[in-house]
Amino acid sequence: MDMPVSKAGVIARRCESIVDDLSFQAARDWKAAEPGRKVVGFLPVYVPMELIHAAGCLPLGLFGGGDRIEVIHGDAYYQSYICRIPRSTIELGVTGRLDFVDGLLFPFVCDVIRNLSGMWKVMFPDVWTKFFDTPQNFDPEIGGTYYTHELRELRADLERLTGRDITDAALRASIALYNENRRLVRAVYDARAAEPWKAPAADVYVVMRAGLMMPVEEHNVLLADYLAALAIEDRPRKDNVRVAIFGSFCEQPPLALLKSIEMAGCYVVEDDYSLVNRFITEDVATDGDPLAALSTAYLRHSVETSCKYVPNEADKGRFHVERVKQTGAEGVIYAAPSFCDPALLDRPMICGRLSDAGIPNMSFKYAENSGQMQPIREQAGAFADSIKLWS
Amino acid sequence: MTVAVKEPSMLLQKEMIAGNYDAITSAHETGRKVSSTFVPGNLNELLMCFGILNNLPEINAIQNGMRRLSGDYIMEAEKGGHSEDVCTYVKADIGMMGRGNIAPNGKPFPEPDVLLLSYTGCYTFMKWFELLRAEYKCPTLMLHVPYEGDGHSTPNMIDYVVKQLKEVIIPGLEEVSGVKFDIDRLREILALSAKAEDDLVWCLETGKHKPSPIDAYFGGVYYIGPIFTAFRGTEEAVDYYTALRQEVKARLDAGQGPTLPDGSVLTDQKYRLVVEGPPNWTSFREFWQMFADEGAVVVASSYTKVGGMYDLGFRHDPADPLRSLAEYCLGCYTNRNLPSRVDILAQYVEDYEADGLLVNSIKSCNSFSAGQLMIMREVERRTGKPGAFIETDLVDPRYFSPANVKNRLESYFQMIDQKRRGANKAA
Repeated sequence: MDMPVSKAGVIARRCESIVDDLSFQAARDWKAAEPGRKVVGFLPVYVPMELIHAAGCLPLGLFGGGDRIEVIHGDAYYQSYICRIPRSTIELGVTGRLDFVDGLLFPFVCDVIRNLSGMWKVMFPDVWTKFFDTPQNFDPEIGGTYYTHELRELRADLERLTGRDITDAALRASIALYNENRRLVRAVYDARAAEPWKAPAADVYVVMRAGLMMPVEEHNVLLADYLAALAIEDRPRKDNVRVAIFGSFCEQPPLALLKSIEMAGCYVVEDDYSLVNRFITEDVATDGDPLAALSTAYLRHSVETSCKYVPNEADKGRFHVERVKQTGAEGVIYAAPSFCDPALLDRPMICGRLSDAGIPNMSFKYAENSGQMQPIREQAGAFADSIKLWS
Repeated sequence: MTVAVKEPSMLLQKEMIAGNYDAITSAHETGRKVSSTFVPGNLNELLMCFGILNNLPEINAIQNGMRRLSGDYIMEAEKGGHSEDVCTYVKADIGMMGRGNIAPNGKPFPEPDVLLLSYTGCYTFMKWFELLRAEYKCPTLMLHVPYEGDGHSTPNMIDYVVKQLKEVIIPGLEEVSGVKFDIDRLREILALSAKAEDDLVWCLETGKHKPSPIDAYFGGVYYIGPIFTAFRGTEEAVDYYTALRQEVKARLDAGQGPTLPDGSVLTDQKYRLVVEGPPNWTSFREFWQMFADEGAVVVASSYTKVGGMYDLGFRHDPADPLRSLAEYCLGCYTNRNLPSRVDILAQYVEDYEADGLLVNSIKSCNSFSAGQLMIMREVERRTGKPGAFIETDLVDPRYFSPANVKNRLESYFQMIDQKRRGANKAA
């Protein structure tokens, strides 16, 4: 007999169906609803979605094909030692699944995604394609000035794409909507950290991912509903340990992997999955120059992640240690995609800082199409046991 | 193994590099400051203004690769928690530190006084120096050079780099060295850079002749040695490139090809190739010999452009020193987007009348490697010349499979023969 599905579960299943749909029907429907609408896709790990929204476009988060696509063409473009997200993204492109996407932004993550921007220009010359760089100098006068100009160029590009101006007023309104989105996202994460048995990691994950595939207004309503549903969620509390997941900000693990970690005895209370909507950690100012406000938010109020330089040695890994403390995590699973330069080059430094702070940690690698969960369950299970027994 | 026979310029280059190692390892005695910095977008002229020595970790890794030391160093780093998936230059460097940090002259490297993170065209650089910074606890100066995503630099990018030079890099180097910056000194040095750059380009472009008097890949890595490392902007470099030019001109006049490691001269050149990607260093001589055995000469390569695209016209400009340094950093090969790289390589195939493009894809280097299969196909499509793809690594001997590489090369040469026969029949 099927278990009755709770309201939170209903919302999560709806989100899962959106995330699972590699024909992107929801985004296609949005575009078809009014003539002239445009869809602008973006890859991990951060773009200012406010600008895309203010241009009247739908920002569409693209995180590869997951474990639901057979990569045939994509493998012909990549050597065996390159991660999977670019090959499944190419697969999405050459199989026509992204034929409704009018523009594509490739933010700075690593050299693979950077180079994919050039490949896209060659392979899909009719799509507006842009490599979107963010500064590694965090001085407002230097990196801030540069970034504000880059945002101005992005605004001009979007205006050319849509044929309409992006006014400061429209951009401020979009910033306000995304501020609301970020507040709700943080509230969901806080609620999960407080009572993780009510919010399974896989459910929270699809609720966040689906939000990057629908209008922000719709996602804000959905998040408010989900929060209300979590408050009345009735699930048994298990004797799981509380863990934070880091290293998974770009190529995403399959849902089965998230579930396996929980089945192995871990509640996920913090993560950096599809980081986009948590990249900025505080409200962006809605007064003054909106581009300067977006720039300041990036410089001053963004997470520490592997694609950003950490200017001071003492600050390296501080964000991770603090998040562990804030969320009450008892340990960290550093789960990096195979061949992921950012996550794997950072791993010794981040895990070193966690160890220095007395935080138990373990690591493993995955791919978006990993199928064998038994080793993951065994590792995560042993890690959970070790925390229970010895921490 | 027999001793490799080298051209006179190669011996001179070796002497210069050895001299730099001696200067670095005697820094404690001489009181000179030492920087670590990277090859692409390196700011040697600026370091010279402050009397700071230039130690390049990529070059150390190459040296260790050629001396067959890197394999152990890499495994040492992997034992310490560094992933088997990441750049082997980084792991060779970190492993070397774990084994006493011994320079090629047998003396220990001094700890750097500054890490000059010229962040150009390679993501790994950023993490590499974050890793080193944790060990050395010395000042780290980051110069963020934006990627040319749309195939060109914008005024905003140039302003950003110049501003960082003025407000971060120069004050930082002044503090480390205790020397005040003198822009006129920089102008003098840049004038010398431009002189050497002229001669380097002349030499590299002789690959257009038949027979080519140079090998622009295996020989080319010797030719770029001084200008890509600690000598750009010095009188020594000017003298080196004058001598190199004379040497290459003598071969050109005599209708001779380059000298091979076994001492023979490759004048009977059956195949002319353009090569994309860095070489393998752990089996460098064996790798070169595979080409030579088949009568293949490399007439142009992208690797010899990682430290500057001088053949496309860029010269360091004493008239506008900081902007010139910014443009130099922005224009390095791996900082250019893929469509630009396709344009450059296709143009090389045409201009150097090559038989095709060979890609040596390096496991360690995503900056070069990600997208190379598309590059190869595009160049094939545009030029009508066949391409080929081999896979090796920089300094990890586990990823150099001689039988596989040789087999692929032989197949490629057969393909070129076939194509020629087809063309002859059609004619």
